[in-house]
Amino acid sequence: MITYILSLVFAVVWVAVTGSATLHNLIFGFALSTLVLWIVRDEMGARGYWRRLGRILSLLALFLKELALSAWKVAVLVVSPRMDLKPGIFAFPLTVTRDFEITLLANLITLTPGTLSVDVSEDRKSLFVHAIDCSDIEATKRDIANGFERKIMEAFR
Amino acid sequence: MMDILLAAITALLILGGAGFALVAAIGLNRLPDLYTRMHAASKAGTVGSGLLLLAVGVHAGDLSTFARALAGFFFFVLTAPISAHLLAMAAHKVGYPLCAESVRDEMKDYDKRI
Repeated sequence: MITYILSLVFAVVWVAVTGSATLHNLIFGFALSTLVLWIVRDEMGARGYWRRLGRILSLLALFLKELALSAWKVAVLVVSPRMDLKPGIFAFPLTVTRDFEITLLANLITLTPGTLSVDVSEDRKSLFVHAIDCSDIEATKRDIANGFERKIMEAFR
Repeated sequence: MMDILLAAITALLILGGAGFALVAAIGLNRLPDLYTRMHAASKAGTVGSGLLLLAVGVHAGDLSTFARALAGFFFFVLTAPISAHLLAMAAHKVGYPLCAESVRDEMKDYDKRI
């Protein structure tokens, strides 16, 4: 995490030093500082940077795919003449523990097909999720645990 | 040639965005209770406005506008689920019932403890 912040700080410094505050220059500065930090990666002990960047990008790709799919599913459901609904609220047992990870997971769940996070229990052990189709809760829980939750753990642990 | 292509992409994005916004509105009307309505508002609504923002960015044709449109989409994705989640949570806390078709409510016992 600290490496990303450092890259960003270096990028801002680059913009200040070169004296042109355009978006191109900021991106160029960011790329440059990332390269510099990559050169000294062993000395800084930030070897996981590249692997982690790949995982974050893969999480992002998964998320965009799910978002498109979920909007499409809602659209199909809403315009179908007879809406076949089996809504309900179920408790999803959380494996992630940090507040930041729970927030991210809750947001991702809301934007994926048929699920909407409602609340977190006081002890942070379960997330209450409203699902539009509650006919197979175990499968939904499995999908979340093996999809987003695992990806979040891979990306931020 | 490039102009026609850009115009076509913009038109497609606008039509898609407007379509999803329309579907979100229809969903708000047709779905039976607040919880299911939030599904339509948070998902179809987000994608609809996201596509419209992208259309603005593509049409403007310069990078800074495009970057701002992307940032708008990013913050939309960040905030829309939170408002949906807060509305659903508040509704559940004050005892707004789930619709008659609902099959289960594992949160019921949790609310009573507070």
